[in-house]
Amino acid sequence: MKHSIGKWVLPAYSALALLILMIPIGYTFVYSFNDSLKSNIVWRSFTFDKWLNVCNVQNGAVCEAFGNSIFIAVVSTVAATTLGTMIAIAMVRYRFKFRSQLSLFLFLPMATPEVVLGAGLAAQFLSIGVPKDMTTIILAHTMFSISFVVVAVKARVATLDPALEEAGRDLYGSALQVFLRITFPLLLPGILAAALLSFALSFDDFIITNFNSGNVSTFPKYIWISAARGIPAEANVVASAVFILALVIVVTVQVSGAARAKRLAKIN
Amino acid sequence: MALAAFSTSNAPTSTDTSRKSSPVALFLLLPGILYLVLFFLTPLVSLLLTSFKAPTEFGDFGEFSYAFRWENYADVITTYWPHIIRSFGYALAATFFALIISYPLAYFIGVKARRWPLLQSLALVMVIAPFFISFLLRTLAWKQIFSDESFLVTSLKAMSVLAPDAHVTGTAFSVIFGLTYNFIPFMTLPLYTTLERLDVRYLEAGSDLYASPFHVFRKVTIPLSMPGIVAGTLLTFIPAAGDYINASREFLGGTGTQMIGNVIEANFLVLQNFPAGAALSILLMSVILVFVSFYVKKSGTEELL
Repeated sequence: MKHSIGKWVLPAYSALALLILMIPIGYTFVYSFNDSLKSNIVWRSFTFDKWLNVCNVQNGAVCEAFGNSIFIAVVSTVAATTLGTMIAIAMVRYRFKFRSQLSLFLFLPMATPEVVLGAGLAAQFLSIGVPKDMTTIILAHTMFSISFVVVAVKARVATLDPALEEAGRDLYGSALQVFLRITFPLLLPGILAAALLSFALSFDDFIITNFNSGNVSTFPKYIWISAARGIPAEANVVASAVFILALVIVVTVQVSGAARAKRLAKIN
Repeated sequence: MALAAFSTSNAPTSTDTSRKSSPVALFLLLPGILYLVLFFLTPLVSLLLTSFKAPTEFGDFGEFSYAFRWENYADVITTYWPHIIRSFGYALAATFFALIISYPLAYFIGVKARRWPLLQSLALVMVIAPFFISFLLRTLAWKQIFSDESFLVTSLKAMSVLAPDAHVTGTAFSVIFGLTYNFIPFMTLPLYTTLERLDVRYLEAGSDLYASPFHVFRKVTIPLSMPGIVAGTLLTFIPAAGDYINASREFLGGTGTQMIGNVIEANFLVLQNFPAGAALSILLMSVILVFVSFYVKKSGTEELL
């Protein structure tokens, strides 16, 4: 008797924990349909208006902040993924002096609190007299994303079978051909995962952005500033839409991964 | 996807087939390393130099020149020692609660749910789902849920669980709650990646040798999941100690809950007292580095780095 109850404790606990994790997401989503006035705290009535007129509030401030965030995330993701992937390939494939010191150096940005990274860049831009704008945000985001890209791509490079590249070279492929036709396609899933991670980090970053953005608004910064006087429901609309999109991407990646695993299992 | 970032420590490395050092390696490494030297390392040096700056004589408000004013450190410690203590206290509490809450969850997803891959992926997606919604909005959602007029707080008051004049937001409880909530995914994912690889035959061997379930857990499960525990606690403790969103007055905090991040932000962006902000940042970073190296040595997981 005791045993059969015990069997359900862990699943029940896990279900409850996951449910609590979902509460703020559900809250944000539900309140995107609230026919709110200036601030979106008290539930008034259900409406689709906020979804249909996202860009109309405060002269489009929400949409402008959202557009800036997307632009910054795209540019910094391209830069960080390129630089990080190059480092990851070199780290796994080549032996060189100071290799372990280099991995410690690459680990450091991840072990440094964001507030220190942000304040450091702000101090640097201040002392060399660089005005803070979109460029300084992109420079900052690229910096903190590189280490995460290296970690994610390194895992993929390490699982790559070097025999495949050797086969390419044996068949008289040039170094460039081998890279473009064999190495790169095999690394692509890892690179894409790293790019998604980097995009997500940049899009949701507030702390480093706040120190290096000057007057430029990003989506998290818009919420921070509006928090004092009330956040319009349109912000919930943008956040909910991003959430749904991200969920679709993750589920697609998971499902296609599972399908590929099944196909491979069939072949073997 | 995001999981990939946490799963490298155990990945096999194909060092045996590595080629010799070559100009190609240099070409691959140089741009990224140069970038990090310019935008990670030199800013830390700038921060260190700024932390010793002195106010410019006859200068404007917020103007400082290079000096060696070490008193800046003494000043920030005497002014802000409660914030410094609070930061590490809150971060330790949040790390502890996140570990206690996440471990059973990660164990369920990684070990018990192995037989149902669909359930496993669903649970994992739910763990990372909070990442997809704005950090600030999900923190604000808790603020509304805990606000004085909210359903939760009014019902707790009606049931006399809370005193009629009690507040939930603005207290240490709500800040630690927010930190714990926001960093649970960072704790659960690395725990999951190590527990997922856990060979249950070791646990069976333990019970075959007449160990009680508790003993098996303490002597087998915990040691085998140590890399996940170390990674998870670091991924929670470091950002929690420097966080200033949860503790901010507009979010879950109040005047009595300000953390070191809040005062760094105020000194940099509002008071324009850059040396004080820089000195606090250097202090925060040094304490964390000392703590991390000590912790990693003690737990014997250096290879994680």
